[in-house]
Amino acid sequence: MISIQGKGVSTGVAIGPLYYYQRAKSTIRRYEVENTEAEWERFKAAQAKAIEQLSELAEKAREEAGDEAAMLFETHQMMAEDLDYEEAIQGLINDNKLNAEAAVTDTAAQFAEMFASMDDAYMQARAADVKDVSGRIIGILTGVVQGGIDSPVPVILAADDLAPSETVQLDKSKILGFITEGGSGSSHTAILARTMGIPAIIGVGDQLKPEYEGREVIIDGSTGNVVVDADEATKSYLLKKLEEQKKTQEMLNLLKGQPNVTKDGQSVRIYCNIGSPDDVPAVLSNDAGGVGLFRSEFLYLNCDDYPTEDYQFEAYKKVLSDMGDKEVIIRTLDIGADKQIGYFDLPHEENPAMGNRALRICLNRPEIFHTQLRALYRASAFGHLGIMFPMVTSVWEVKEAKKMCERVKAELNAEGKPFSSDVSIGIMIETPAAVLMSDRLAKEVDFFSCGTNDLTQYTLACDRQNADLGRFYNPHHPAVLRALKMVCDNAHKNGVWVGICGELGADLELTETFLSIGIDELSVSPRAVLPLRQKVRETTVADVREKLVGDLLSDENAI
Amino acid sequence: MKSFEYTITDPVGIHARPAGILVKEIKKYASTVTVAKGEKSVNALKLMALMGMGIKQGDTVKVTVEGADEDTAAAEIEAFFKANL
Repeated sequence: MISIQGKGVSTGVAIGPLYYYQRAKSTIRRYEVENTEAEWERFKAAQAKAIEQLSELAEKAREEAGDEAAMLFETHQMMAEDLDYEEAIQGLINDNKLNAEAAVTDTAAQFAEMFASMDDAYMQARAADVKDVSGRIIGILTGVVQGGIDSPVPVILAADDLAPSETVQLDKSKILGFITEGGSGSSHTAILARTMGIPAIIGVGDQLKPEYEGREVIIDGSTGNVVVDADEATKSYLLKKLEEQKKTQEMLNLLKGQPNVTKDGQSVRIYCNIGSPDDVPAVLSNDAGGVGLFRSEFLYLNCDDYPTEDYQFEAYKKVLSDMGDKEVIIRTLDIGADKQIGYFDLPHEENPAMGNRALRICLNRPEIFHTQLRALYRASAFGHLGIMFPMVTSVWEVKEAKKMCERVKAELNAEGKPFSSDVSIGIMIETPAAVLMSDRLAKEVDFFSCGTNDLTQYTLACDRQNADLGRFYNPHHPAVLRALKMVCDNAHKNGVWVGICGELGADLELTETFLSIGIDELSVSPRAVLPLRQKVRETTVADVREKLVGDLLSDENAI
Repeated sequence: MKSFEYTITDPVGIHARPAGILVKEIKKYASTVTVAKGEKSVNALKLMALMGMGIKQGDTVKVTVEGADEDTAAAEIEAFFKANL
């Protein structure tokens, strides 16, 4: 038995075979082939495999979402076996003696170029389809798997760390838990694991070795322990824990349908944070009241080029209609800092956390913002939408963003496209400037949502990605809690509601404090909804308010 | 050889999805089917070439069907255009 200690960032116990994430090679090898006949056969075999995978994906999509959804994969399938496409590849292999990977790459570029040069935005975007199909064939040729996992059974996924673009493409039905060598508690892997409700352990360093691949591992997200080939005693202990976990969940399930109200009658809304339309079933099955934060970045991370208005519209519409009349707050583009996207072509920055990111990018590059807002307003006709701007520091930024909203609404009116007249506008409070200006900002918006991850990082001037700064990065720091109270007071004076959408919202040690300062909404990962509801229902705010609010100012808590 | 002319009414024209269902339909027949717009014409089994034509709403295309089953194929393909494109 091998026991490894890491840091647990998402609780739960999971057992399964260890599997190393397979990363696509960024460069394609290019060489001259002797036997062109054999090379063509290699291509044909890879093409057949790709078509088989696509037809499985089409079937899966048909079962889950109907014929319309399956059509995308069927179209990809037809592209893979398109006669002209094949001919071009065959020509490069036969005439130029090019290896199959390079021939597919060049042909993909040629076809993508054809689409990209058409005068129709929709057709231009099809360039991405050709690249996608070709990427699949190249992946098969080079032995790399799409989605990083090629296993018939679900696995415990190990990786050095996963980039946001990699996490969005993972086949989530194949993952029981995560282990990463590096990373931090607010890394994307950790966030994904918490959304999925599966355990994750980070920072195991080089203790986990590739030769363990395929062996049975048990991970315990509450202790950060990873066990390879567990002995009988350890295994039975951990399996018992897994069993208890299931029982607790059954108890929590009884709270479904119950209101989030304290013993003395104070209500709080419990919403969910999500990263893609795929997360909506988890929101509904955990009985959340709405979506408090829908990170729209996934749309941009999933594409090789700026996502079109229609593409975004479909995704927003899906979430809004799937959520019915429940509120869905979509955060506008929040990239930069630790989330980088190649095609945005952002220059390297020495200090990206304080650089060109989030709303700043949107205001600096209004065309990107304009497309997203048009898609959002068009989707607003299909549900209950709130729009939220991230990384605000000044009142003028909010005014400028709202001006863009007005422009979009006027355009849609002129075009006769429907949208809801009832879209609320809010901002993230995640900078000290926004906290200090919250009395003025409150006059501009309908709601605030406190992003406590960044708020902690900026208030404490402490990098949340830096593993060495663990003890300095303290989200319970009274400076952070005082900031939240100040925001609540300023908001409520102006009739604006306040939520928390950072990790802190799910922190049960602070629930009483949040209720005491009057937080109106907590937006948490789907599986945190019911434990939080339980905590709220056990609380009597009147008993604790005076002490907890006093604690924020007391000498002994001035750490 | 059979042929018919059709003016596209689908607001998005023959983009990926309609082109895909068209190719799927045409695969059912033994006949060779050609879609022409102006000077350009393509074998309708070639999805990407078909998409590359950039056929839009209001464009008139000439569809030619040639082969053993051309009589039934032409009639059914014309009905398909009317129903889907």
